[in-house]
Amino acid sequence: MTGEFAAFFILSLLTIGGAVFMISFTRVVHMVISLGITFISIAGLFVLLGADFIGVAQVLVYSGAISILMLFGIMLTKHDASDEGTGRKWKNRFILLFIVIVFALLFWGIQRTAWPASPPPAPATVSNAHEIGLEVFTKYVIPFELVSVLLLVALIGAIIMAKKEEDNE
Amino acid sequence: MTVSITSYLLVALILFCIGLYGALTKRNAVAVLLSIELMMNAVNINLVAFSKYGLHPAVSGQIFTLFSMTVAAAEVALGLAILIALYRNKATVNVDEMDQMKR
Repeated sequence: MTGEFAAFFILSLLTIGGAVFMISFTRVVHMVISLGITFISIAGLFVLLGADFIGVAQVLVYSGAISILMLFGIMLTKHDASDEGTGRKWKNRFILLFIVIVFALLFWGIQRTAWPASPPPAPATVSNAHEIGLEVFTKYVIPFELVSVLLLVALIGAIIMAKKEEDNE
Repeated sequence: MTVSITSYLLVALILFCIGLYGALTKRNAVAVLLSIELMMNAVNINLVAFSKYGLHPAVSGQIFTLFSMTVAAAEVALGLAILIALYRNKATVNVDEMDQMKR
């Protein structure tokens, strides 16, 4: 049992455990907290996969920004929001059956495919962030600029959506 | 004992299925948004795993993950803005009571 396997085991256990708790909690605030654990563990998985920059971005964007944004969303709507589920047993069972079928199909596909043997680890000549920066600003420079436009549009759109409508009728 | 790509794909698959179940059965709109985030994270794990263990290991998978994170952040901001506007008009956060367009 190597250190990598132990780290993977603990991190994936935390990831899936946080997600399962998210489903089983009824208070929405508790859901956000347990999903925060999931997000941080996923950042650990990214670091384990050699993607340090993505791991740090995951901690910043998901467990930082999105969790806090969700908490703001809860506090601005219903403080003690709870989720009792739809209460329709028949519908929930049908959805569960559908998801089990999807899971079985994908599981079968993953197990059946012959994945390429893991390549020998390439000697890291440059750091991960350096590598990403080189690619983003040469090969992917147009998508990068488009994403900045998208963020600007989303910012303006969110402000217009959430601001009070003037009653000028 | 080393970690293969199958393990990462299985973790991502389980996360995706849990997120799908939550998105389809939860009643609170914030919980539905959280479940969608979970599904997006599962896809990100797949992308990063393939960028290390795929047939042609390259850094492109990590860059796609960065882009999808950006889109996810924009999506959450807009979703919460729509939710707040709806709450102001209808005073509810349950998705099955937001049925103005059905009438």
